[in-house]
Amino acid sequence: MSTPMVLAEQVHKSFGRLEVLKGIDLEVQRGEVMCLLGPSGSGKSTFLRCINHLEKIDAGRLSVDGHLVGYREAHGKLHELKEKETAKARSEIGMVFQRFNLFPHMTALGNVVEAPVLVCRKSRAEAEEAARTLLDRVGLADKVDAYPAQLSGGQQQRVAIARALAMEPKLMLFDEPTSALDPELVGDVLDVMRGLANEHQITMIVVTHEIGFAREVADTVVFMDGGVVVEAGEPEQVLTRPREERTRSFLGKVL
Amino acid sequence: MTEAPARLVAVPVRHYGRWISAVLVLTALAAVVYAFSRAAIDYGTTRRFLTADVIVSGAWHTLLISVLAQAMGIALGVVFAVMRLSKNPVNTSVSWFYIWLFRGTPVLVQLLIWYNLALVFPTMFGHPTSDVMTPFLAALLGLGINEGAYMAEIVRAGIGSVDDGQTEAAHSLGLTPGQTLRRVVLPQAMRVIIPPTGNEFINMLKTSSLAFTIQYAELLNGAVRVYTNNLQVIELLFTVSIWYLLLTSVFSFGQYFLERRFARGAQRELPATPLSRLVANLRTRPRA
Ligand SMILES: Nc1ncnc2c1ncn2[C@@H]1O[C@H](COP(=O)(O)OP(=O)(O)OP(=O)(O)O)[C@@H](O)[C@H]1O
Ligand SMILES: [Mg+2]
Repeated sequence: MSTPMVLAEQVHKSFGRLEVLKGIDLEVQRGEVMCLLGPSGSGKSTFLRCINHLEKIDAGRLSVDGHLVGYREAHGKLHELKEKETAKARSEIGMVFQRFNLFPHMTALGNVVEAPVLVCRKSRAEAEEAARTLLDRVGLADKVDAYPAQLSGGQQQRVAIARALAMEPKLMLFDEPTSALDPELVGDVLDVMRGLANEHQITMIVVTHEIGFAREVADTVVFMDGGVVVEAGEPEQVLTRPREERTRSFLGKVL
Repeated sequence: MTEAPARLVAVPVRHYGRWISAVLVLTALAAVVYAFSRAAIDYGTTRRFLTADVIVSGAWHTLLISVLAQAMGIALGVVFAVMRLSKNPVNTSVSWFYIWLFRGTPVLVQLLIWYNLALVFPTMFGHPTSDVMTPFLAALLGLGINEGAYMAEIVRAGIGSVDDGQTEAAHSLGLTPGQTLRRVVLPQAMRVIIPPTGNEFINMLKTSSLAFTIQYAELLNGAVRVYTNNLQVIELLFTVSIWYLLLTSVFSFGQYFLERRFARGAQRELPATPLSRLVANLRTRPRA
């Protein structure tokens, strides 16, 4: 078996005295789509942020594609990564945020082109051609020159997905990508994500409250609560026949 | 086809207070104008010196030193603001000390210290200090370094106004902290930084007059040199006042367009210019 894309072993993370992650064990295989469910404050966002080096873990081991997150291991010792190395590692992981976080001073095209030009040193022409293809793929070919303030929430989120894809990430992290959207705009974003999973076999971890999406697209569904993984398994099993009482009561509330 | 609804007709609210205050203000203004027209001021001199060589070159020097000192202030401001916000405690303390020192002492005192350094350092870089520390350099350093301390606070507020999510998104794409600052944070901070910076520059145009004390040949210095000869003090001070008003008016106007430029992306449409607003008003004004 090849190395998993993400491997978490007893990952701990605290903010001051508040312990948010209390020993997370998880494995995400290449091409796998994992949906992460759990009540507010259970540490889902924190876990995603740890995977993307936006937070440092306090204990345990976390690796992406066989490389430790935030550290280099040499002669049995851990060395903190330099700024440049961290940036390089992050550039290989795409992240989509609940509140889109598009750059408001750049057009849709500018948003998508920025990182390939700055980080990958691509020529602007080459990056723009790729960006147009991506924006077309997320259904926004006609919005290339629009600024984020001129786009609907659903359109902004699709630009954000295109922006992350432009770096050709080996892993995509989605943190509640549809929870800030009006209900009628959720479908467009989920369609794009479904396409990524089915046609492009991109490895994805999706924090979501869209149970229908999880059931249909996920290979694995993980239920987190109180900083630990309560239950993980196939969507059918976790969502319809949960073993744990906590999972059952959570699903009872969101369904 | 539905018929257009009839335009509403209503008696507008009468603003009697406005009329009364307008009359009072105009009366006071007339009194002041009358007093000055009767005063022993030779307005011909005021007007004649507007275009005198010494005054025009003074205006040029005022503009030059203001632009250079403001540019220096902006550059220093960005550097010290970034240092202030860095995680490195050496950087934050150095920045804190700089702001404390230069905001805490009068700029006139700072100018005099720069200019008089020759008293304590007779030579600098192997040359007599009086050759190195010319009035121009002393004015530039005094005004620019002082301005940097104010700009640092303005830039810091600007950077603080940008949503953390922006930094996070930039980092998640693999931008380094430096790239994130230059390409994502600072351009957005501009919207908050520009209006006070415009005010700072307009202040600088006027504050630069302090450099007349260190023999820098700016506007006020020119006027002083003329009136110590011809003794027409108020006339010459009026001349430079007109020049200062001219300079500050031109740049206030420029600031307005700069602000519009950096509002891009923040609003769906750019705000109207006064001109376009006037045109729109005239167009839609109902014909009586
Ligand atoms: N930077 C931080 N500093 C201090 N506390 C934090 C920080 N980030 C998160 N927390 C705390 O950690 C806990 C878990 O937060 P997290 O955002 O991971 O939850 P979540 O599962 O994503 O919840 P939600 O569904 O509401 O997004 C919360 O109690 C939160 O207040
Ligand atoms: Mg969250």
